[in-house]
Parts: sequence; structure tokens; C-alpha cells
Amino acid sequence: MPAGLALGLLLLPLVALIIRAPWATLPSLLAEPTVVQALGLSLATASISMVVCLVLGIPLALVLARSALWPAIPRRLLRALITVPLVLPPVVGGVALLLLLGRRGLIGQWLPFTIPFTPLAVVIAQVFVSMPFLVIAVEGALRASDRRFEVAAATLGASRFTVFRRITLPLVAPGIASGALLCFTRSLGEFGATITFAGSFPGTTQTLPISTYLLLQTDPNAAIALSLVLMVVSVVVLLSLRDRWVPGVLA
Amino acid sequence: MKLKVPALALVAALALAGCSTPAAEPSPTPTESVAADTLSGTVTVFAAASLTGSFQEIADAFNEEHPDVEIVFNFGGSSGLATQIVEAAPADVFAAASPATMKTVTDAALTDGDPVDFATNVLEIAVAKGNPGGITGLPDFANPDKTIALCAVEVPCGSAAAKLLETAGITPSVDTYEQDVKAVLTKVELGEVDAGLVYVTDVLDAGDAIEGIEVDSAPVNYPIATLAASTNKEAAQAFVDFVLSDKGQSILGAAGFGAP
Repeated sequence: MPAGLALGLLLLPLVALIIRAPWATLPSLLAEPTVVQALGLSLATASISMVVCLVLGIPLALVLARSALWPAIPRRLLRALITVPLVLPPVVGGVALLLLLGRRGLIGQWLPFTIPFTPLAVVIAQVFVSMPFLVIAVEGALRASDRRFEVAAATLGASRFTVFRRITLPLVAPGIASGALLCFTRSLGEFGATITFAGSFPGTTQTLPISTYLLLQTDPNAAIALSLVLMVVSVVVLLSLRDRWVPGVLA
Repeated sequence: MKLKVPALALVAALALAGCSTPAAEPSPTPTESVAADTLSGTVTVFAAASLTGSFQEIADAFNEEHPDVEIVFNFGGSSGLATQIVEAAPADVFAAASPATMKTVTDAALTDGDPVDFATNVLEIAVAKGNPGGITGLPDFANPDKTIALCAVEVPCGSAAAKLLETAGITPSVDTYEQDVKAVLTKVELGEVDAGLVYVTDVLDAGDAIEGIEVDSAPVNYPIATLAASTNKEAAQAFVDFVLSDKGQSILGAAGFGAP
């Protein structure tokens, strides 16, 4: 019974969205240049964020997995730090990013260029909120993987990089794939940190969730249509890529 | 502070002339004297975010006369509040920051009678303390070297700003369209933008961190109405009457609002 209730809570709002969607005017709503622009910006920034998460997040996951051998205090501290963006309200994350990288921020004031109100700021905000998903997914896979393969490869003369590339990476590939997908979809839906840190300008920083929120003020039907797009994109990404990348995970 | 004195003077003048808010003036006197002790229960007021400070003060003053009535507020963007009321949120009174958002509710035939204007607000340029961006007036909004924040056109302050700039013949070089007035103020206060357009009451409310530069803008009317779905109509009407009374008007005047 509680499980059914939980499933209902997760599923029914989406069902309501589908039922209330203005199906008749949907094609024309979605062909609006502003919508196309926002969707394009969202897909582009979320893809870049996913790549950045992979490049930076996998090494961090390796460190986190190795930290099992560390003393308790730094080990727990590292884990807590990595998890903070997961539990932090995104708006707070956005304010924190402004205080660091804004025009008068700790680091931002020394930069020769300004970051807020640029697509770069959108990517930074998305990476900030979505990186923990990748790190935790990859770290979980690393801890579950059998280290003996790595040891065996090393004794056979493989260099550390070869071991990482030929043994570790393939072993944790499912973890990396699911982490990357979570990163992408979380970035796609990012709202709070983005609007706080990057602002909202059509074509530059106004991603699909932001234009959805703004449209809700004046044109709820258009907002529902956009919500539907976000939902469909997320579901399609989750379903199609999962099957292709990691056949074993869904089975 | 610039507008505070004339606004107060205006309120005082209206009070002296005895002609403030003719639309609702006839009812308060009997309601207050006769029904003062009979009013009770809860009145839920949906009010524009810009009214936060002054409406809380008005509620305190109202409670001195009607101690048994509990006023509960839901402050937020007017457009969002209007949507919530149309979606059947339980509210007794709606105070909107623009006639357009009130129209959403009257169009759905959800108000009890016609809304009454109870205050006006004007836009002002907000800059951070000391005006680091060197903003002198509206023409700076067209300068691509200045970083500019406006409210999104979907919310009342954004449509008012767009209208103001259009009337002034200025094509602004905007860097960000924020979701509400407070977000614009935050960006100004943190120094991320050189200037934003907000209401004069928001500049006053923000205190020392924000300085205002007056602009020549047409005032926006704030309408208030009791709602047809109210379960406590008598108390709701008493609250609306109180907002329109001299006491309510002087609190609004002190916050920078103009008289309707």
C-alpha cells in the first residue's frame, strides 16, 4: 500500500500534466521561435555540462573511492562536501556562485571577463548542481567493482594509466553511464541556480525551465506545453540511452 | 525618501478634504462602530509581494480594532496569485499590483463586486549604494556597456518597465530579465548589474544598500477586492475598508505608495 501511494505521488502529477496539456495548440506553441530557442539552449548547455561533469567528476569519484583508506574525519568531510549541492536549495547554490564568480565575487573580481549573464554561467550552475549525481554513481560502481582485476593487470606490467583505461573504466562503465544521464537530465531541469547566477535572457541564458516558469505567469497553457516537452525529453533520454549504453541495468 | 514626503502630504490633504476613496467610504463607519465586536474568524489575504511590509503593518492596526479576526497573508507575484485564485485557492481578499492581474480574477467572475484601487506605485531606477555603475538616468539603459536587469515582461513590474522605456523611446540593452522585483534588487545589491527598474516602494524597503533615481513614469494602480468564494465575507470587507481608510492609507503612504 505505501509503495502504491509512493508510486501514485510520483506518477499522478505527470498524468495530470498530460491530461491538461493543450494538445490542439501544442504544435503551434512548440514551433514558437522562443520555445525552439530555449529548448536548443537547454539541450546544448546540458550536453556541455554532462561532458564537464564526466571530465571532472570521474577523477573526483576515484579520489572518493580511494578515501576509504583515509582517517574518518577527512573522509567524511570529503563525502559531505560532495553531497552538499544535492541537499542545498539550488537558489542558495546560485547565490554562492555569484559571491564566488560574480562581478564582485571572491574570484570573479580578478577575472578579465564577467561570467554572470552568459551561457558559461548556465553551464557552471548546471555542473554545480549535477556533478554530485555523477560522482556518487561512479564511486558506487568503483566500490562494487573487483579490485583484483586491477591488481592482476598491474602485476602483468600495465602502467597505472593503462589499468585505468583498460580495466577500471570498462568495469564502472554502467555507473558512469547512469551518472552521466542523471547529470544531463538534472542539468536540463535546472532552474534555481541558473536564474540566480546566470539570469534570464532569451537565447543566452533563458533555458527551458526558466521560460516555462515565466510563461506560467501569463500563459499557463503554453507553460504546460513546455513542461510536457521537458518531461518527454527527460523520459526519452532516460529510456533510449539507458538501453543502448548499459543493456544490463534495466534487466 | 524622496517620494515619502509628497505622498504623505497627499494622503493628509485627501484626509483633510474628507474625500478619500469615495467608492468605499460609506460603509466603514457603520461596520466599525456596530460590528467591531462581532467580527471574528480568519481572513486570508492574497497580496502582491510589494505590499509585504505595509500590509503586515495594516493587519496589526486592524487587529487593534478587531482583535478576534486573524489575518493570514499569502504574499507573492500578483500573476502567480491570480493563477492560484483561479485554480480555487482558498482566499478572502486579493490585493494585486496591477489592474491586469486583477482582471484575470474578475474575468473568471471570482470577485465579490468591483475591485477598488487603493494605492499607486511608480517605477524608479535602482542602483547599488554609491552608484558604482555611474547611472544617471533612463538613457543609460540603452548603453550596452552597462549591465542592466529588468523584470520579465510576464510579471507586472516587467510590463510596466517595458511600457516606460517604450514611451521614453529607449531600446534597452538588457542583460537579464528577472522573475520578480526582489530578484532584480538582489542583482543590483550584489553589484552584478549596474541598474534595474523597480518600484519606488521596493527601493525604500531595501534600505541603505539600494539608492533610487527618480524617473518620469506613469503610476500603476493597485486594486483590491473581496472574493466571491470567501467564507468570512463580513471580516474580509472590514479588512478592505480598513485598507481604504485614513489609517490604512497613511501606512501605505509611509511605505512610498501614492494615493489612488
